Amino acid sequence: MSETRAAPAHQFDDFEQQYEAASLGMWAFLATEILFFGGLFLGYTVYRTLYPAAFTEGSHHLDIVLGSINTAVLIGSSLTMALAVHSAQVGRRQAIVGFLALTMLLGLVFLSIKTVEYGHKFDEALVPGAHFVYDGPFAPQVQLFFSFYFIMTGLHALHMVVGIGIMAVLAWLAWRGKFSPTYHTPVEISGLYWHFVDVVWIFLFPLLYLLGRH
Amino acid sequence: MTQHVVPRQVYYRVFAALLALTLLTVGAAHVDLGPLNIALALGIAICKALLVMLFFMHLRYSTHLTWIVAAAGVIWLGHLILFSMIDYLTRSWLAFSSW
Repeated sequence: MSETRAAPAHQFDDFEQQYEAASLGMWAFLATEILFFGGLFLGYTVYRTLYPAAFTEGSHHLDIVLGSINTAVLIGSSLTMALAVHSAQVGRRQAIVGFLALTMLLGLVFLSIKTVEYGHKFDEALVPGAHFVYDGPFAPQVQLFFSFYFIMTGLHALHMVVGIGIMAVLAWLAWRGKFSPTYHTPVEISGLYWHFVDVVWIFLFPLLYLLGRH
Repeated sequence: MTQHVVPRQVYYRVFAALLALTLLTVGAAHVDLGPLNIALALGIAICKALLVMLFFMHLRYSTHLTWIVAAAGVIWLGHLILFSMIDYLTRSWLAFSSW
């Protein structure tokens, strides 16, 4: 319990400066992440502009109910993550562990629902590749839509798996009493990452599931 | 004291707003508004993203330097999409159909 840091790292004047440097570094990393996903968002925009009818058709094959539930689940996990950071700020050790566990649980619920959705796509032969079967004039372009669907949601899911791993480490550190109201930068920084993943989904959901629904 | 502690009530309100906006965007997607559907869906998504960034990610309470870095990411993305689309959308203006 007494292992919490009493002094900031030696290159910093105080904890506040250390926190601001870490936070700034994380935002710089997130800016590169925006561009990492940005290439895919650009590709989606270009091909949706070229083949609007096919992308509308493809969008109809996604499960809007499961997609909406997953959106709510992910927003809920952002709330529990924010509450974990809040618990760290006010020094409630057990609450940190509890909210991190809840965040991981909601993350796993999201990934489970995603797995069910992927399973349906395999059953319907809508997975791009040799076994893609689709009747209609836009079959190649619909296959392109599903390529974007799988790569974008897959990359997003991969980020969530990484996030859940990070939270497992955080929960363990929190349990051992490594964080205090003066030092809890890892919790705050990991929170930024998790919320970023939430923001990516906030854009993926309407672009893949909703556009062309009516 | 190193950072601003946001009251939990703020997080609950942001959460409620995010859920309400999700319901709104799903509902709006089922109504045919023509080209407004895309504008509305993206507009709501931007509002949700701003809520997450300002409150959950504490941007509202961060330094101006952090604001600049966060804005840079979004502005770069804007450039990437804007200039690429200027290219793709104007290709047909030149009558080189073999291109």
